[in-house]
Amino acid sequence: MKLLTANFISCPVRTCKTSPTSFPLHFKDCELACDPDGNPYSRETLLGVLPRLEWDALRTSAGELGFTELPVEKPEGEVVGEEVLRRIWELLVQTHVVTGKMVCGNCAYEFGIQSGIANFLLPGHLV
Amino acid sequence: MSQSQSCLSSIPAGTASYETEHVHKVYEIIAPHFSATRFKPWPIVENFLKGFPAGSVGLDIGCGNGKYMAVNPNIFIFGSDRSQNLIGIASKQRHHEALVADALDLPHPCSRFDFAISIAVIHHFSSQERRVEAIKSILSTLKPITGNKSETGGKALIYVWALEQKSSRRGWDENSVQDVFVPWVMRKNFAAHQTEQTYQRYYHLYRQGELDKDVSDAGGIVCESGYEKDNWYAIVQTKVQG
Ligand SMILES: [Zn+2]
Repeated sequence: MKLLTANFISCPVRTCKTSPTSFPLHFKDCELACDPDGNPYSRETLLGVLPRLEWDALRTSAGELGFTELPVEKPEGEVVGEEVLRRIWELLVQTHVVTGKMVCGNCAYEFGIQSGIANFLLPGHLV
Repeated sequence: MSQSQSCLSSIPAGTASYETEHVHKVYEIIAPHFSATRFKPWPIVENFLKGFPAGSVGLDIGCGNGKYMAVNPNIFIFGSDRSQNLIGIASKQRHHEALVADALDLPHPCSRFDFAISIAVIHHFSSQERRVEAIKSILSTLKPITGNKSETGGKALIYVWALEQKSSRRGWDENSVQDVFVPWVMRKNFAAHQTEQTYQRYYHLYRQGELDKDVSDAGGIVCESGYEKDNWYAIVQTKVQG
């Protein structure tokens, strides 16, 4: 699970969809790994995806994994320095949660991540 | 000729447990063999995915082994499938992301995505109501069209198996039964006990015009639709609700 992905994940429980506390899910007990080869840096792709990110949610998720250096304001436009962009890319798509949990702030359900793969199937009583 | 059977089952059709038994369990077992036969992307899907600008974000709902993830390295695809075994294979596409999830309970916020694809998935839902629900679920993830400008909205490409495929080895035509079990013959080298085994998967075969109708019943707008190699497809969008 990449930080980028976490920015596009919310709780699948239907009654949680309308609750603002169901996004982002909160990381818990996570082990991380780095995979630079899976996502070689692309400035064009990063500049394309930046406007699509919910920045506050990204800062929350990054903070939960121990990364607190993201600026308060979303860096935008061509003026952003290459070094800043490369660091954002590293965090967004090269950093992976290998094992851990994602917890809904509304229903408190914990979704597991194992071998890098998150499982969002719900038990019968939550469907 | 058609080798399909009628859908005799102890579980009522149109329920999640029917699909668990006659779709999900089968894919979980046949995953390695199924995946080994699914490597060539279909041209319309490939062109659709290549049409999005760098940094676009989208979903592959029912992504199977993730064969469409490799098509465009400048976009990001979050693929999901019910089958953990298929997602295990899809996760090897490290540029993207593979998740285990149900198409009716997607773990994604509404209205955020530039695109979605759902290839050969909707036909596994066992009632019209559930198929329309699944399409609604896909539509809800797309950026809605604002101000009647279609370019502001996300687009989803949906593929389903056609009833009309007289020239295929299945041989169905417009007079055939639409709800069928289709056999998957697992080759010896993929089977657990080195013997050939046959598994039956449930399908609803779409007739001409039916996919467009299901999309409109789900509140979607069909931008383009057609027939390609034994399948019906539609490119669809959604408007701001209310
Ligand atoms: Zn929840």
